Amino acid sequence: MNQNLSTVSQRSTSAIATNKVLRNTYMLLSLTLLFSGFTAAISMLMNMPPMTYLISVIGGMVIAMFVLPRFANSPAGIGIVFLITGLLGFGLGPILTMYASLPNGGNIITLSLAGTGAIFMGLSAYVLTTRKDFSFLGGFLMVGFLLVLLAALANIFLQIPAMSLMISAVVIMIMSGFILYDTSRIIHGGETNYVLATIGLYMTIFNIFISLLQILGIMGNDD
Amino acid sequence: MDWVQIISALALVMFIVVLFPATRYMMKNSPKGTSSDWISFVIPLVVIVLFILLLVKLV
Repeated sequence: MNQNLSTVSQRSTSAIATNKVLRNTYMLLSLTLLFSGFTAAISMLMNMPPMTYLISVIGGMVIAMFVLPRFANSPAGIGIVFLITGLLGFGLGPILTMYASLPNGGNIITLSLAGTGAIFMGLSAYVLTTRKDFSFLGGFLMVGFLLVLLAALANIFLQIPAMSLMISAVVIMIMSGFILYDTSRIIHGGETNYVLATIGLYMTIFNIFISLLQILGIMGNDD
Repeated sequence: MDWVQIISALALVMFIVVLFPATRYMMKNSPKGTSSDWISFVIPLVVIVLFILLLVKLV
């Protein structure tokens, strides 16, 4: 009897902890997305040059890979997350300015935003309601992501538009897989640090948005 | 080739080099999925592909 009570108590404590990580992750993700939008707007108003995107993405990724893990368990980690997302948002400004100047640019940006939101919420809802364990996807997604990076590297030299389109489509698939994988890890206790969980989900959303912009930008101007 | 392309290429090489050990680790240590696990992954992807085709039509 006492053992049963102890097991039930442990399970409810674990569920509370998992729900806390999930709640904190989504709260921080919402705030960082808003902040990112704010810095993107500032960048557009300042009319930053296209090079800003490359510098921001490289800077953001370097900080995320090498600096954030060291501070993920301290309050400074939250500040670093806002730094990374603010930087990435700032880099997005020139990209949005470029798409806004296209004939149906406003439509492209709006659909990309809505599409990204729908994909993220749909996949998250799928994992949260079915509670499936997607941990088996880890190796597959990492290999896929590496192959995409190699293809992108090759396309810098080859400059084939169809290949750019293909890379964007594959990035969306892989990032969708990462949403399933990351959300599954949170609800099954594999990820207990909401700072790291937030930056992981933010990166997937960012990449899906950029890739959707590219696909809709190319297909939308195919006259 | 301009210097923007060179910097992009160098950045991509750096990311590939940094991610490679983590990829190898995950390939060795990730649990294996059953066929029903993979189906539960493929179905939402198919829905996403159809959704993107819809978005392309709307542009």
